[in-house]
Amino acid sequence: MRVGVVTFPGSLDDGDARRAVELAGGQPVALWHAHEDLGGVDAVILPGGFSWGDYLRCGAIAHRAAIMRAVTEFAEQGGPVLGICNGFQVLCEAGLLPGALLRNEALRFVCRPVPLTVERTDTPFTRAYRPDEQIIVPVKNGEGRYYADAATLDRLEVEGRVVVRYANGRNPNGAARDIAGICNEAGNVVGLMPHPEHAVDETLIGGTDGLGFFTSLLAAAGATLDA
Amino acid sequence: MPRVAIDVLLKHEILDPQGRAVERALPGLGYEGVEEVRVGKHLELDVDAEGEELARRVERMCADFLTNPVIESYAWRVIEDHERADHEPAEA
Repeated sequence: MRVGVVTFPGSLDDGDARRAVELAGGQPVALWHAHEDLGGVDAVILPGGFSWGDYLRCGAIAHRAAIMRAVTEFAEQGGPVLGICNGFQVLCEAGLLPGALLRNEALRFVCRPVPLTVERTDTPFTRAYRPDEQIIVPVKNGEGRYYADAATLDRLEVEGRVVVRYANGRNPNGAARDIAGICNEAGNVVGLMPHPEHAVDETLIGGTDGLGFFTSLLAAAGATLDA
Repeated sequence: MPRVAIDVLLKHEILDPQGRAVERALPGLGYEGVEEVRVGKHLELDVDAEGEELARRVERMCADFLTNPVIESYAWRVIEDHERADHEPAEA
């Protein structure tokens, strides 16, 4: 399982994402934003950070990067794509996921572990979790308030496309309906604000609840190979 | 080349925490009677086009890249030199 991790100028968590892939048993592949192909990887991760300094809007310039044409094509063909934090913002700007991420309601940059409920467990990134399993994963964002208009939110709910939700009323940024992460209609494109790649090593910050996002990918690949 | 000014705000129905913080700070500074503060972005650019072609190009840039229609609305106009926001007023 070769998992591409895209580095944009200003990406911060590309190293952690590659390491998480490795810990899960996959083979991380570093991808550069200016390249026009994905080198035949089996999945793509858009990592956290501040691509192009968050200039104009978070993710606005990154989504015009050369590699995003290949990512869009890959996603449209059903390839698994995960956007974490800034990567989620990029996916929304690119229109691969609906809605947008706005400045936190309380104007503070929030950096702390938060409890999440995994509501959707049949995506390539969440099948290692039990339905409604509660996990603890850090968030660290200044612009993580998920927003979409009411009709879009209703549709996400009805179609079961809320993948993770802030649990126990601990919504760190004012996100609409406590939404922490969503997926596209087909379920192969997932974006979330919290950082599962920071919760994969017991000795580092404690907790390995995030590892499932990466082991899920391998389980998904295995399932496909068996089929 | 015409100079175009574009003003961008979050859509009216979306909470603007920055505007709210500014609004709450004003009375403490002695500025009473101010409501509905919204903080946005002001862009200025020279565009090599005129008339309908200019309008078409500005609208397209705004819709495609300069603003995000999911969350923002905008207004644009052609401005003169003295209307530039970075214009230094002449000494009185």
